[in-house]
Amino acid sequence: MRIPPEDIAAQTETLRGTLGGRFGETVAAGADMPVVEVPRERVIELLLDLRDGAPGHRHLSMLTAVDRMPADPRFEVVYALYSIEANRWLRVNTRCGEFDAVVPSVTGLWPGANWLERECFDMFGIRFDGHPDLRRILMPEDFPHHPLRKEFPREGIEPDRLYRDWAAQRAQPEPGR
Amino acid sequence: MSGTATRSDFRQFEFMPGAPHDPLHGEPMLLNMGPQHPATHGVLRLRIVIDGEVILAVDPDVGYLHRGKEKMAESLGWQKFFPHTDRMDYLTPVMPNLAFALGLEKLAGVEVPERAQAIRVMFSELGRIASHLIYTGTTGIDLGAVTMFFYCFRERERIYDILDAWTGHRMNNTYVRLGGVAADVTPRILDMVDEFTREFPSKVDEYEQLLTRNVIWVERNRGVARISAEQAVAMGLTGPNLRASGVAYDVRRAQPYCGYETYDFEVPTSTDGDAYGRYLVRIAELRESCKIARQAMERLRGMRGDHLAHDTRYVLPRKDRVNDSMEELIHQFKVVTAMALPAGEVYQLIESSKGEFGFFLVSDGTPNPVRVHARSPSFVSIQAIPMLSEGRLLSDMVAVIGSLDFVMGECDR
Amino acid sequence: MGSLVEAPVPTQEGGQGFFTTKLQSLVNWGRKNSLWPMPLGLSCCAIEMMAMVGPRFDLARFGAEAMRFSPRQCDLMIVAGTLTWKMARAARTVYDQMPEPKWVIAMGVCSSSGGMYKNYAVVQGIDSILPVDIYVPGCPPRPDAVIDAIMKIQKKIEQDRSLSWPRR
Repeated sequence: MRIPPEDIAAQTETLRGTLGGRFGETVAAGADMPVVEVPRERVIELLLDLRDGAPGHRHLSMLTAVDRMPADPRFEVVYALYSIEANRWLRVNTRCGEFDAVVPSVTGLWPGANWLERECFDMFGIRFDGHPDLRRILMPEDFPHHPLRKEFPREGIEPDRLYRDWAAQRAQPEPGR
Repeated sequence: MSGTATRSDFRQFEFMPGAPHDPLHGEPMLLNMGPQHPATHGVLRLRIVIDGEVILAVDPDVGYLHRGKEKMAESLGWQKFFPHTDRMDYLTPVMPNLAFALGLEKLAGVEVPERAQAIRVMFSELGRIASHLIYTGTTGIDLGAVTMFFYCFRERERIYDILDAWTGHRMNNTYVRLGGVAADVTPRILDMVDEFTREFPSKVDEYEQLLTRNVIWVERNRGVARISAEQAVAMGLTGPNLRASGVAYDVRRAQPYCGYETYDFEVPTSTDGDAYGRYLVRIAELRESCKIARQAMERLRGMRGDHLAHDTRYVLPRKDRVNDSMEELIHQFKVVTAMALPAGEVYQLIESSKGEFGFFLVSDGTPNPVRVHARSPSFVSIQAIPMLSEGRLLSDMVAVIGSLDFVMGECDR
Repeated sequence: MGSLVEAPVPTQEGGQGFFTTKLQSLVNWGRKNSLWPMPLGLSCCAIEMMAMVGPRFDLARFGAEAMRFSPRQCDLMIVAGTLTWKMARAARTVYDQMPEPKWVIAMGVCSSSGGMYKNYAVVQGIDSILPVDIYVPGCPPRPDAVIDAIMKIQKKIEQDRSLSWPRR
């Protein structure tokens, strides 16, 4: 997708006009689409307004997080919204710190956000307040770490431990007869 | 697979109207489907609570193919991540590479020459055909139409021949580079594409003859997994899954890339919203992709130009020169190991065979990415499985899974 | 291809007479020409494995087209794709459910050694958890390469002497 820079600038201005600082947000023109930064207490209100307002951004395309270590607050949760009727994109960012990594859940607005938030929880450890079923999705249920945090090593910490525990429980002979 | 199913897992369903005194309704049963199963199209585990044949609840368990790609990207760097993109949507050659390359080019500000764009379009559309052939073939064999599997793989082998001639590899080609494609197409490859696109519509007619008005196919697909347009948008579905519900959203039309606005093609939609509608949309897309590939091929015959941009900061040198010339070798080394993109964030999507596929790239100006997130349409499709299958029969589960056409590599990344 | 007529092996280990070798040959011939693969199709290699069963490469010529997905009925497990630690428990369970004699092909580099994934999630080679007979490199290997691996397994089966006494 290629949105010309003049369009991005124009859309940013329109957004600034419609939102008008009601949610404590700041609107900027990113490299590819307008980006709105909002404090986490107001994120639900903002997203509700964007979804139901004019034009309605009904499509939640992406919900992910970025570990901005060593910046503080450390985690940035990013939402990408699209309006199918108006063909308009925008991103919403919100921040949360390392030791109170809680962000309100948007599953009430988009049922499709359920798994996206579970993935953020699994990979980063960010809890989503109001999520109906917040558990791990990509890693096994009993996996103790959050892999996409910057301090987690790529090779992992004892990656085979859960398997070894399970194999020991089954008391299987060692591989290789 | 954390232990066996226990009673506490489905305690909520023990109190049901009629149980346990009703002789026709016993206790609900927890059926574990997968992760090793022929019809789950990859390593997907479904924990299904059934009452007889009726599905009460489904809990999909993904992550059995989670290969930590997003973590790998942070240590590998931009150029070395390309092979990982291929293996995400491994059913579709070339397109996953393309999504990543477009994102990098946007961050770097590199313009891709027209010839490279046409090559990308031609192979992307052949890739889309290949992916939809897998859908037709595997959903066919799952629902009993075994012949479809062999017919579709026959066509897929022909696409593999074309890719083999261009890249040397049948699948997971990794031939799209930042700035273009790794090698130009020869007239012989264009002849192969010509022959393929000339004969392919008759093959699609063959498939339609076997399936479209086949009473068994219709009975197994019509009315199954019906989803309305509002529900589909609320769940985040895109691609053929969304277009079958009537919403004509296609990234190639909405935000064209690689010159798609200059090609003549339709975006098929259906108003059925069920598995049969999705089947019709994908069959129609087979024809449209064939048209686009043919147009790109004809354009390439008459076009002169480079297959790779000239930008020594970001674009790899020609591989055949790397082994002979010291400058090219140093250039290759620097670009592969220490290429830094300008700081910024980009969310780049393409219309993949499964839906909106793309990457969210965050760069801070260093050679290692801060974040590479893959937006996966399959992840979103599998999320819709509970909604689509609850209340239906167990045998419809296979039709639901097939009609959503997901790939686990992309879902789990 | 291994024939039914085999020269009798001199009885050095005792008990390996003319009839035992004939029976062994017959059994080996039967086993190697009717391998029933258990496709543990995990990722991209699974597609090449499907192509191997497809019309061009046609594994049916080798008697191995009966891809039964139930491990209880199979004797050749083809691990096609990347094995993750989450899936490892399932893979080991499936292997244990296969009856003897059984063979394992590690198809592709991901199952042979972890491939390009040296990270927290991927098993660095299925030989950490299963005994492997043949490793097939490639990402993914061409279907011909996997057929070659199956032919090597057939040669290995030809040399099987498990019916002889003492048991090896």
